Amino acid sequence: MIRRAFPWIVAVLLLAAPALLTPYTYDLLLRIMVMAVFALSLELLVGMTGLVSLGHAAFLGIGAYSTVLLSPQYDPGNALLLLLTAAGISALYALFVGALSLRTKGVYFIMVTLAFAQMAYFVFHDTPIGRGTDGIYLVARPVAGAFDAENRTHLYYLVTGTLIGTYGLLALVRRSRFGHALAGIRVNEQRMRAVGFATYVYKLAAFVLAGALAGVAGFLLAVKDGFVNPELLSWHESGAVLLMIILGGIGHLRGAVLGAAAFVLLRELYASPDLVGPVSEHWQLALGLTIIVFVALLPKGLIGLPARLRGRR
Amino acid sequence: MDLATFLVQCLNAVQYGLLLFLVASGLTLIFGIMGVINLAHGSFYMVGAYMAFSLTPLFGQSFLLMLLAGLVLSAIFGYVLEWVFFSYLYERDHLQQVLMTYALILVFEEVRSLLVGNDVHGVPVPQWLAGAIPLGELMTYPVYRLFASAACLVLAVALYLVVNRTRLGMMIRAGASNRDMVRGLGVNITRLYRIVFAGGVALAALAGMIAAPMSSVYPGMGGHVLIISFVVVVIGGIGSITGALIASLLVGFVDTFGKVFFAEVSGIGVYLLMAVILVWRPEGLMRRGY
Repeated sequence: MIRRAFPWIVAVLLLAAPALLTPYTYDLLLRIMVMAVFALSLELLVGMTGLVSLGHAAFLGIGAYSTVLLSPQYDPGNALLLLLTAAGISALYALFVGALSLRTKGVYFIMVTLAFAQMAYFVFHDTPIGRGTDGIYLVARPVAGAFDAENRTHLYYLVTGTLIGTYGLLALVRRSRFGHALAGIRVNEQRMRAVGFATYVYKLAAFVLAGALAGVAGFLLAVKDGFVNPELLSWHESGAVLLMIILGGIGHLRGAVLGAAAFVLLRELYASPDLVGPVSEHWQLALGLTIIVFVALLPKGLIGLPARLRGRR
Repeated sequence: MDLATFLVQCLNAVQYGLLLFLVASGLTLIFGIMGVINLAHGSFYMVGAYMAFSLTPLFGQSFLLMLLAGLVLSAIFGYVLEWVFFSYLYERDHLQQVLMTYALILVFEEVRSLLVGNDVHGVPVPQWLAGAIPLGELMTYPVYRLFASAACLVLAVALYLVVNRTRLGMMIRAGASNRDMVRGLGVNITRLYRIVFAGGVALAALAGMIAAPMSSVYPGMGGHVLIISFVVVVIGGIGSITGALIASLLVGFVDTFGKVFFAEVSGIGVYLLMAVILVWRPEGLMRRGY
């Protein structure tokens, strides 16, 4: 019962939160929520379909870049239009990558998605489109009617709304015929094919949808930060988002959100000199060791923690 | 493009391809035999380059001796690493392997930063290899690059002989095509794993040491090599040394000539090559059935 109600409680808390936020916690919470949208989009692939992609940051980056590049140079762009184009362009690239990489399986799939993400990285890193390593600033945040992303409360509700919307959409997908087919593919693809499902098409559809949602996360990130650079597409980012969903627990939408929060907070903790002293200079070491210990001890992620504690007793 | 330029670019392509082969061959064997996806393989390349940087003052001009010392050190390093870390990954799924080795990269990078700092370093070319051979009227070609190609070629031949002509190689090939059967036939698989892993680490580290005098030694240098090696493995087919060799040379040529003709988009060429191969043969060029 409590478990069922949990996402609703969190949603209500998030909607009521702006009144209580300091600028620091506001930024942190926004960051967590954007990353949660990103993590949810990957959860559709990894948790629901069983496809381990190590190139998911490409779609985040493409969404973010398209938002900045398609905005008018000095005036605010149309938020709705930019959101849709960010999702659309990411989906197109996902269609290209998915069509090719889904011809492979397992370890191959991991490597191929990684390689295509690196290709996208080089497009923004080396060609004039992305204007090099320094990245690009978004001069004016987009607007739509009465909505203005320059306003912090508006931006907050945009991000919160998108997170709740993404969560709801994926929860519906999970319950749909499509979602059940994906679950079937995850468990036994051969059998699904024998039953008469065109598994390739189903997987491709999941890949494109995941790419589009990652593009939406990219749009939010670009609007929130007002800045993009090629590092958004780097494979470290792809690894980080994979970490988030594992940290939270694969196979649960709650896990992706929880994992995103845990990852962002852990990184924040290890990189704050006030809290951890000299460790902050080498936060990656602390983070890396934490991950190793964590994966070794808690293969089911944070979601599995209560059951594990109960089991011990 | 005149003939001399063309030849120089060909030499560069072969040299780059062979260097990639050293990294990718270890990667493909580790995949093929142990079924472990090792994201930290690029870090071994970096470890090699930094080893060249810190060993050069000790060995001075005796470059070959230094390579030998590096080979031994990195093989021991690989052996121990397999023992204390990687041997726990075999039974886990790919996802967890990805995470654990990703975390290992973070650890390696930070340990490197603690030990040698974050500066970019250069490694001097040993004097007896420092010259340049004149080609035509204007062009010269550095001797060290020829040496690098030759050294990689020697290692590639040695690897070929070990894999195809020795008892150990037989077990490795058998392991790559059917792991469980090899285990079932009573081969000490634990030891085989450890040796293959140590060999893979040693090859990657040697590649890093050989590359160090040509490129500078810098933080994060393993990442790029890792991804290109993945491309090589995908093109060549997992577990196939021959496939890795063909694919490395292909990638070497595409990358080098891509830089000559389409400088701006050169980073993309290799990945397009991979896309074409995936359409044509999704299992890689030399994949044997399984």
